[in-house]
Amino acid sequence: MANRSFDVRKLPGAAAIAITCFVILYIPMAILVFYSFNAGKVIGNWEGASLKWYGAAIHNQAFLDAALNSLILATTASVISTLLATMAALATTRNERFRGEGVIHIILNQPLMVPEIVLAIALVIIVGQIKQVTGYTGLGFLIAAHTAFCIPFAYLPIRARLEGMDLSLETAAADLYASRFYTFRRVTLPLLSPGILSGFMLAFVISLDDLVISDFLKSPGQDTLPTYLMGELKRNLTSEIYAISSLLLLLSVLIVAGSWVATRKKD
Amino acid sequence: MNGPDTWRRWALSLPAVAVIMLFSILPLGVVLVYSFLTPGDFGNVKWIFSTDGWFSVLFERNIFDDTIGLSGANLSILFRSIILSVLTTLITLIFGVPTAWFIATRPPTQRNFWLFLITIPFWTNLLVRTIAVQEMIRSEGVFNRILLALGLIKEPIQMMYTDFAVLLGMTYVFLPLMVLPVYAAIEKFDFRLAEASYDLYASRLFCLRRVILPLIKPGVIAGSILVFVPSLGAYVTPRVMGGGKSMMLGNLIDLQFGQGRNWPLGAALSITLTVLVLLALIWYTRLTAGRKERDHG
Repeated sequence: MANRSFDVRKLPGAAAIAITCFVILYIPMAILVFYSFNAGKVIGNWEGASLKWYGAAIHNQAFLDAALNSLILATTASVISTLLATMAALATTRNERFRGEGVIHIILNQPLMVPEIVLAIALVIIVGQIKQVTGYTGLGFLIAAHTAFCIPFAYLPIRARLEGMDLSLETAAADLYASRFYTFRRVTLPLLSPGILSGFMLAFVISLDDLVISDFLKSPGQDTLPTYLMGELKRNLTSEIYAISSLLLLLSVLIVAGSWVATRKKD
Repeated sequence: MNGPDTWRRWALSLPAVAVIMLFSILPLGVVLVYSFLTPGDFGNVKWIFSTDGWFSVLFERNIFDDTIGLSGANLSILFRSIILSVLTTLITLIFGVPTAWFIATRPPTQRNFWLFLITIPFWTNLLVRTIAVQEMIRSEGVFNRILLALGLIKEPIQMMYTDFAVLLGMTYVFLPLMVLPVYAAIEKFDFRLAEASYDLYASRLFCLRRVILPLIKPGVIAGSILVFVPSLGAYVTPRVMGGGKSMMLGNLIDLQFGQGRNWPLGAALSITLTVLVLLALIWYTRLTAGRKERDHG
């Protein structure tokens, strides 16, 4: 080792490509944020710095409605899907395989195997019929669809956490005459909570990110942030779009930073 | 196996299973049924059995002499989808693997910072990132402004609504999906193995090819699948970057359910796309399952 003339961890050119890669990833986003402070209405046509378009966005009722819809939808769908995924994960891990476990596993991962556009078309055929027959056009369809495709995203980290968990703690609790429920509440759940938290975060972001399924299923007045943004992109390309995009970018930075802080604390 | 416990486990899984059955699997079944029906006059379907939807995926009937020929439009979109997805995977490999290597070989304290930088675009809205790339290459966008200002071009270059634009957009949005699994594999790699191979007079290239690559291959394959599968089914990025000129399968499906008013064809195309994705995933599980067996044997 002493006379090793080079570092085995060094791969010629890797650093250069990596830096290029980061530059490529960040320059378009930086430019987008830069132009969101543009005073001019036409995107990309710099007319001085201003917060004008952020102000316009905040007073834009359609944008605010879309933001509220997105928030309601992402919260409801991620809470329900995390709850269902936790139950399913508890049932399908840490035991001898039971009859039908393989089938359950495939079903729970099924939404991951189907392209979003196909799922969107499939849902629109059925939901269109239900809307006609029942006359119900509420947010329920979107919530149900989002819950379905968020389940695998919530399920994976929860299951991973469960598989890595030490069974002996629960056995110890049971040996000390803790009831099944008490053991679950005071031993299993606290140990599982980092997995549940990351499952919830992932489901929340996946729901918030969805454009295709929301766009196909929404009834009038049910624009979410991505569908509203897509609509504006087609209708009128103003600097406000860049302001709204930058707000969404800020939101994801906050979510990532938040989840990092949260996981650090737990560990 | 054990009776009551099996019931309890099924009952616990049932709500999640039911939601997915109702809102994902059942609708897909309906799509399969619709692919064998007759198009309605104003969209939707007539409940008359027909294989025309499937026929039109690859072929078309000449309206004048009733001869059968290959459907040029559909075939070119199918080819474009596959080729652009393969290219996206290759380009993200070229950029992603060295980047993952770079991050994994930083000191642990710096590593988190670089990982953080990769995670942010990963969690950022896909449409927002697509809008960001669009700003770079649209006619009044950054590239054209720079080139015009430098006097290199007189007229803006039309880059939007081309295959290049779709490829650039997909590469940009899917790149983080490649870096993360490859990083996870390199991070686990025991560099003493590389040292041992050098001690045994292996050349750098030999070590890379015979020691490092085989051990990080699972991560590379996982990353490739994570990029290839969403590329093949991509809808948002080709719609924004390619418009009506550079469509992919996802956009063609949308078109058949919209202006095309040929729901059975749209349904057949949807099943085709799903099958292509499933084939890629089956290939992936075969590959990884085979590796596990070898590791244990």
